[in-house]
Amino acid sequence: MSKNELHDTLDQAQSTQEARMGEGVDSRFNSKLREAFGSTPFILTKFDQFMNWVRGSSMFMLLFGIACCSIEMMHTYAVKHDLDRFGAGVPRASPRQADVIIVPGTIVSKFAPRMKRVYDQMPEPKFVVSMGSCTISGGPFQEGYNVIKGVEEVIPVDIHVPGCPPRPEALIYGIAKLQERIANGETSPVTVKPYELEQFGDLEQDELVTKLADQVDEDDLVMRYNWADSA
Amino acid sequence: MSLEQPRQPDAGVTPEGDLDYDELADLLGERVLDREEHINAEGFVVRPDEVEDTLSTLKQEAGFDHLSCVTAQDYQDRYESIYHLKKYDDPTQELSVVVPTTRDDPTSESAAGVFDTADWQEREAFDLVGVDYEGHPDPRRILLPETWQGHPLSQDYNQDKPQIVPLREHANPTEERTNVPQESDTMFINIGPHHPATHGVLHIKTTLDGEQVADIDPDVGYLHRCEEQMCQQSTYRHQIMPYPDRWDYISAGILNEWAYARAAEDMADLAVPEYAQVIRTMSAEMCRIAAHLLAVGTFALDIYGDFTAIFMYAIRDREVIQNLLEDLTGQRLMFNYLRLGGVAWDLPEPREEYFESVRDFLDEWPSRLEEYHNLLTSNELFQMRVVDTGILPPEEAKSYGATGPVARGSGVDYDLRRDDPYGYYDQLDWDVVTDEGCDNFARASVRLQEMEESARIIEQCVDLLEDWPEDERDIQSNVPRTLKPEPDTEIYRAVEGAKGELGIYMRSDGTDKPARFKIRSPCFCNLQTLPVMAEGEYIPDMIAALGSLDIVLGEVDR
Ligand code: SF4
Repeated sequence: MSKNELHDTLDQAQSTQEARMGEGVDSRFNSKLREAFGSTPFILTKFDQFMNWVRGSSMFMLLFGIACCSIEMMHTYAVKHDLDRFGAGVPRASPRQADVIIVPGTIVSKFAPRMKRVYDQMPEPKFVVSMGSCTISGGPFQEGYNVIKGVEEVIPVDIHVPGCPPRPEALIYGIAKLQERIANGETSPVTVKPYELEQFGDLEQDELVTKLADQVDEDDLVMRYNWADSA
Repeated sequence: MSLEQPRQPDAGVTPEGDLDYDELADLLGERVLDREEHINAEGFVVRPDEVEDTLSTLKQEAGFDHLSCVTAQDYQDRYESIYHLKKYDDPTQELSVVVPTTRDDPTSESAAGVFDTADWQEREAFDLVGVDYEGHPDPRRILLPETWQGHPLSQDYNQDKPQIVPLREHANPTEERTNVPQESDTMFINIGPHHPATHGVLHIKTTLDGEQVADIDPDVGYLHRCEEQMCQQSTYRHQIMPYPDRWDYISAGILNEWAYARAAEDMADLAVPEYAQVIRTMSAEMCRIAAHLLAVGTFALDIYGDFTAIFMYAIRDREVIQNLLEDLTGQRLMFNYLRLGGVAWDLPEPREEYFESVRDFLDEWPSRLEEYHNLLTSNELFQMRVVDTGILPPEEAKSYGATGPVARGSGVDYDLRRDDPYGYYDQLDWDVVTDEGCDNFARASVRLQEMEESARIIEQCVDLLEDWPEDERDIQSNVPRTLKPEPDTEIYRAVEGAKGELGIYMRSDGTDKPARFKIRSPCFCNLQTLPVMAEGEYIPDMIAALGSLDIVLGEVDR
């Protein structure tokens, strides 16, 4: 095969891949294999779909309890509702073994950096189900001085389950929807996250930062909350 | 800590067993600057540098051995700390010690030398309101991160100001804390805030010496969602009631709602119809069973990873109770069922069917309990892990303000349902369960037996409700649309929640919202005893002790 011809096939492969991925498909689903080979059709296409189907059908949840909603989450895992029936019932205690994190409760200023850390420790591809009004907007505590106005201020979310707390049935429905989307290779767009973990030294030097300079080290990770912007 | 001496009768008590405030004032002499009238008790105003002195006189000579709550608040012209004192023997004998300080220099003497429980309570008061406690052994913030600016419940706090919260992964508490021997070979580990054994978002800074726990420092506040602020922003009549459900959220909603209802009803002088009291009592005890069931289930999970039997059984039984509660209230977890002056609505129709399902549950209950006893208390494995571990001596329990099953597991016979009766409890036949064991086993066994008592209470309530004449079924008394209690009315009232004494302090300012709303959380006080139980023990015993305390972080952090 001449060099030129090879080039053509690659080109072609690339465009097939793009065409097939369509819009709204996250690069999280783009396997290394596919990047390397382009899409030599058939097998890889099917293999990807197969992988997505597998991913959706066997999800490892992170054992993660925060507030009231986690009580209903426990009931979802346990007898009667038995989430395991839907291939999503193995809670893992370590984030390194988990695919899905259900965020069940109010996030407050002290906890958000820890939650971000736990999320960062999960391997890709990872998905987030936000459970309850608190994780959508701060819920009943939205006006609190210490409350993050929804989990999306810190990490991206795939499925929101409203309720205070949502019934176990609602949570199961949310998870089933997530599985459906995963099987179709869809994820939600990554939203802009106002609150990030940053090194203290990198923050803009304003009044607050100067005041804290002797309490916090330059390379300590911090989260800065601009409450006025997030209300 | 002294050996039981033949006790002198307390000063300031009449032969009939009532408090004589004049005599108490004489006892304190010059130290009482002024006397205030609160609804629950009198308040003695003392100078900020005589706190320790006053409280220790009251504790030694007048028998006030229970510092129930410390409330701090700020007025236009001053800061104020209120020490709500009670007696473990008779909690209806109450006294408040009011300590005003100036606005420019809010410094007041610490009470931590007299009552151990004052340690955390004063830290909280400093954190949220900004009163400085002089001579406090550990004056750090407790609920908010240490870099927080300002004190959110003080009047000049601006909520829109940005805040910075650090994530220090390997902070070593030994650097700042001197009670750990520096030279010895200790290792520091963080347990939590994301850890399956901490029952939520609790962070325990643990220093190990070999395999033994040399020092532990529970770090709370990961679920501090401003409950007090929310209540201060809401109206008495309807808006506050949904929040108590979210303090102790392990299905203990109605017990918590009752704490608010009781305080507000006494404050505004509202009557509650008998019929509603019976419904309240019945539903509250259902909540207690559900809450204790989860405590027992997770305890087994903590101790030997029993996920498949006891935990699942407990959840299964909880589902049954949650169904009963859902039929009654319309929600599985956040009931919002009590109203000031009564309950939201009558029992579900058809009543017979509802009674039947409650009776089905009650009929089945003894055999379920027997099963739990078989699986737990008479299980050798369980006994090996929990008997004689996590010892909490009664004197320490009292000094730390422990209440509920934790205190009763240490032989402290204290239950507000009997000692400070409310609702319909004093007309029913039931017993307070205590256990002298003082260990993890005692606390678990108290919970199991309490569920039995709760079932007895429910049964009697069902009997009463079944025969209640149809034309006397008043579910609510006549309550005005807006409640505006007289300005400067102050009240502190407590009920027996699932975890212990759940108290509420409220001060009105003449509007329809409270000027100060303070929650006395039983879990917060009980958690303080963890170092007593766990230091010197192995880590697994520390986890067992934590499980036996049965804390719920929503109530610890509020
Ligand atoms: S949404 Fe409601 S039930 Fe869930 S954590 Fe928030 S307050 Fe609790």
